[in-house]
Amino acid sequence: MLVANIQVAETPLVLYVLRRADDALILGHRLSEWCGHAPMLEEDMALSNIALDLIGQARELYTYAAKAEGKDNDEDKLAYLRDIRQYRNLLLVEQPNGDFAQTLVRQFFYSAFADLYWRAMMASRDTTLAAIAAKSEKESAYHLRHASEWIIRLGDGTDESHRRAQAAIDHLWAFTGEMFAVDDGERALIHAGVAIDPGVLRGRWLQMLSDVVSEATLTLPQNDWMHQGGRAGRHSEHLGHLLSELQSMQRTFPGQTW
Amino acid sequence: MYTQALNTAETEDRGLEDAARAAQFQARIDAEERIEPNDWMPAAYRKTLTRQISQHAHSEIVGMLPEGNWITRAPTLRRKAALLAKVQDECGHGLYLYAAAETLGTSREELVDAMLAGKAKYSSIFNYPTLTWADIGTIGWLVDGAAIMNQIPLCRCSYGPYARAMIRVCKEESFHQRQGYEIMLTLCRGSDEQKAMAQDALNRWWWPVLMMFGPPDATSQHSDTSTKWKIKRFSNDELRQKFVDATVPQAQYLGLTIPDPGMTQDADGHWRYSEIDWTEFKQVLAGNGPCNRDRLAARRRAHDEGAWVREAAASYAAKRARRQTAQAAE
Repeated sequence: MLVANIQVAETPLVLYVLRRADDALILGHRLSEWCGHAPMLEEDMALSNIALDLIGQARELYTYAAKAEGKDNDEDKLAYLRDIRQYRNLLLVEQPNGDFAQTLVRQFFYSAFADLYWRAMMASRDTTLAAIAAKSEKESAYHLRHASEWIIRLGDGTDESHRRAQAAIDHLWAFTGEMFAVDDGERALIHAGVAIDPGVLRGRWLQMLSDVVSEATLTLPQNDWMHQGGRAGRHSEHLGHLLSELQSMQRTFPGQTW
Repeated sequence: MYTQALNTAETEDRGLEDAARAAQFQARIDAEERIEPNDWMPAAYRKTLTRQISQHAHSEIVGMLPEGNWITRAPTLRRKAALLAKVQDECGHGLYLYAAAETLGTSREELVDAMLAGKAKYSSIFNYPTLTWADIGTIGWLVDGAAIMNQIPLCRCSYGPYARAMIRVCKEESFHQRQGYEIMLTLCRGSDEQKAMAQDALNRWWWPVLMMFGPPDATSQHSDTSTKWKIKRFSNDELRQKFVDATVPQAQYLGLTIPDPGMTQDADGHWRYSEIDWTEFKQVLAGNGPCNRDRLAARRRAHDEGAWVREAAASYAAKRARRQTAQAAE
């Protein structure tokens, strides 16, 4: 038996918060898939730790989105009862784990952005978002450090690890543009001081990437063409499978308390 | 990263065990002193502990798999985070225990290789599948409950590093056990379907959990020397009985039925359980449990597919060390 999807009244603020919540949940979910299967026990611990931080961020953001919406939705309804077209995350975070290099490059691209983003969001006029940003920034700084160290190890490790790391960079690069895109609703929030303009972070983000990637003896692609669509619910095929797993209990046993 | 192999065990085997040292060692044990890594110890004591601690570590690591099976499907975000944190704790216990085992002179790499080769055992309980969400509650409640029963006495084990590891592990396990019981309580207070799910999980896990305490005292191979060395302080049957006595009232509170129609309470208040099917236990130990092959295959796959990552890390560390040496020489 399937439960009907919930409807969300996506005001600009609700949509803005949902997008960040979905980023955190989907990436946290992806990382949690490694638990028990990582290349070494230390990485089982580290990837789970990062996943836990991200799922924690998602819970706070969903709770805030539900409050801003003011209907009877909550963190679990938002996570478990929206379908693929209602999900608003970046295409980057839903990409499959692939090998360890692909997982760490995905994390590196995202965390380098998230670290700058949350630090800037600490100045948001929205006090809830500013508080979530203060906590998330500390976590993101650690995620970025962990991912950067691995990019350097893999890039400057063996021929095989170098080849895999470069392949992951080349594959995932076209999913990074979406992080800096802004639509009309977000522009109004930026204007009101609730959100920050991610475009202004791009220079520093690129610099951080370039520093690490060059220390790793790797290169960033010259290709500027970028995928778009996640923010509007136009996803890759991968997300549907992730959601069917994530949501299976709530869809199979509707309306129960767990 | 894996540490270097330390080959101390071999030299000791070559006959350093004179009677005087052995007597002195036993006197220390009898006086409840802790044995530390650099102290002299009989080769058999070292071997027994290496086996026991590494089996314990392997159990923590293989034990991540049945519970990890539900991380991506946990029914709420709160449950998802709690389960992920729990499985991460198990991994931490594994690391901690490998470190304790290494103090006895065998490297983590060797210990892990023995497990992957199927030469070292891990707890039989993890060869059973987790089919429903109620299994996650049941593992926390019963499997962690049984583990605590086994491990509390180990906090007073004669070998210092193991005893200290157990103190920390027990604290976390008792948190996990309460968390598991709370999952069961939520199910039992829920819909008929949820309650049936809880009962079904109890039916499937009850007997395998009783087997976790090991063979009956009459047939146990290791108990005598382990008791003399104060590695083991209670017999398998004593611990099993303590567990059953503690668990029956918990099941009653949940409104669940222990799947043992022959169970009776004696005049002293002990719950007497029916005969355990030791054939099943032996089959699971022999590799014929429902998930033995899957569990080992999953660990081998993680190990094999991660080889290039570990090689990269080692290669980078070596390069960096060479660069630092070269810089220092300039």
